[in-house]
Amino acid sequence: MTQLPTPATSPAPTTAAGPAVIQLTGIEKVYQTKTIETVALNHVNLSIQKGEFVSVMGPSGCGKSTLLSIMGLLDEPSSGTVAIDGRSVTSYSDRELAHLRNHKIGFVFQSYHLINDLSVLDNVELPLLYRKGVGGAERRQRALAALDTVGLSARTRHFPSQLSGGQRQRVAIARALAGQPEIILADEPTGNLDSVMGEEIMDLLLTLNRQQGATIVMVTHDEQQALKTERIIRFFDGSQVN
Amino acid sequence: MLLNYLKIAWKVLLRRKFFTFISLFGISFTLMILLVVYALFDHTVGAHTPEKRIDRLLFITHLELWSDHSQSNSTVGYAFLNRYLHVLRTPEKVSIASSGGSAVAYVNNQKLKLDTKATDGEFWQVLDFDFIAGRPYTVREVREAAHVAVINETTARRYFGTTQGVIGRTVEADQERFRVVGIVRDVPAARFYTSADMWKPITVSSINLQDPNYLGPCIAILLAPTAAAVPTVQQEFQQVIDRVPVPSPKDYTEVRVYAESMFANMVRVYFGESGPDNGLGRFVRLLLGLGLLFMLLPALNLINLNASRILERSSEIGVRKAFGATGNVLVGQFLVENIFLTLLGGVLGLALAAGALAALNASALIPYAHFGLNGRVFGVALLIILFFGALSGVYPAYRMSKLHAVQALKGGTK
Repeated sequence: MTQLPTPATSPAPTTAAGPAVIQLTGIEKVYQTKTIETVALNHVNLSIQKGEFVSVMGPSGCGKSTLLSIMGLLDEPSSGTVAIDGRSVTSYSDRELAHLRNHKIGFVFQSYHLINDLSVLDNVELPLLYRKGVGGAERRQRALAALDTVGLSARTRHFPSQLSGGQRQRVAIARALAGQPEIILADEPTGNLDSVMGEEIMDLLLTLNRQQGATIVMVTHDEQQALKTERIIRFFDGSQVN
Repeated sequence: MLLNYLKIAWKVLLRRKFFTFISLFGISFTLMILLVVYALFDHTVGAHTPEKRIDRLLFITHLELWSDHSQSNSTVGYAFLNRYLHVLRTPEKVSIASSGGSAVAYVNNQKLKLDTKATDGEFWQVLDFDFIAGRPYTVREVREAAHVAVINETTARRYFGTTQGVIGRTVEADQERFRVVGIVRDVPAARFYTSADMWKPITVSSINLQDPNYLGPCIAILLAPTAAAVPTVQQEFQQVIDRVPVPSPKDYTEVRVYAESMFANMVRVYFGESGPDNGLGRFVRLLLGLGLLFMLLPALNLINLNASRILERSSEIGVRKAFGATGNVLVGQFLVENIFLTLLGGVLGLALAAGALAALNASALIPYAHFGLNGRVFGVALLIILFFGALSGVYPAYRMSKLHAVQALKGGTK
């Protein structure tokens, strides 16, 4: 558990192992209304290496979730560039971004965001629905494998409303894993759970990182959990702080 | 993927049962009305007995002597039709018949009013009646003015009490005796160029076959060799008519008579058109416009309902986008869901339409009518449903697909 804050103003370096999995350069995000301009992110430079487990911390409203959305290509920065595997995505179309999200990134949300009308298995299959060339049988097989990884093989036919909070988050993690993405972006994955369940989820993420080499960026308010990760990036008022 | 969409669609329907019921009711009621109207239309001008080869048939039912200041029109004289139709080389067959007629028969001192038609022998070759006994009368029997008749099933039952052993027996109508040579299944009265209770040779009718007047009591039916040859037949007919001398040129400048499909012919009669434009284009536009307008109200209701469901589904949309769904894929998903809903409404609509048509049949509003949901009606229903599904689904689907993923995940609708 080492804390390696990245300098706030300089571009993140490219390591000898190759280009960063995620590279943010000069990212700014400004929300503009008729009367108010809110700076959510202010000139952020950040580099996430393959296989890293990074925590993002900071007070509410400091821009952590915005940062994660931009990393996950769900939101566009007002300025600056996002590069995935060394390639800038600035000029990517909606279709190309969707393809990249589908193949490279898995999301875990604080409030799980499972589709309540679908069974656990159907929820986990979701990323594979949008992947060309993956048939029904393979989809099912990969979803079952992901559920096995999170220890929920026995709950495939259940619906989200029939599960505990911890179980739902496990399903959400299985969904993130089903597409075998290189990057998992977790936005306060233990925020809605009690400490015991939170620990379980944290252990699961650590296992995924250590055993499967998943690159994980996790937004959290929990200092103890953050300390278990390799690096903590702290934010305040939209800026990185050392 | 489709199964996944359908599962969601089904659950969404069950989520708000009352609204789903309102939507389904709107769709199914609209479809019922449209299907009943189409079934009536199909029943009147579709390919049914005896006009089974409707795509090859042309009808000449009215003639107008026309000038700027004076018009005179009616059905057509036999001599005129006989003279100018039998010179045509392109039709496979030509038939001339009376446009209608009636006769009175008595059964056990009970008066039996019969709708009659007087026809030539070719009538039975141009058309395809369903004979349940006997045969049609022949060209020769017509030429020889034989007192023979074909009657329909209902007349056989009413007059003889049966359809068995009727062939060869005599039916007396308007004090004339006719030997029954054939019994056919009832033809709905809506088929008014061919429907009757009794058909008899035109040579034994009261029609003056030598009357040189262009106007008279007859109609003609032409059978083209193929559907594709219909325009050629029409063209040849028009060329012949263009050379027809105008009677009393002081009063009239044109003889207007057209060989047209049954539908076009009925539209012409309905609009009272006598010129080269039969009004078919206008009528079709009117029908489509009314149909669209009629579908618009439930479609707007469904659009509103779907749009309001965006709010409760924004999280799902956000998740789908996060995991790789493109805007187009989401449009596809919501369209599939909406078409699923409209298909359900369509099935209900078909059932309601079948019930309404059965009630119409039972009411005997149109004699011998037998409305039903045949393949054509079903095909039209499917088209209407798909159109309706797309009409009511595209806008909400587009709006849903355009939701910003981050906002959607937060439950926003922008």
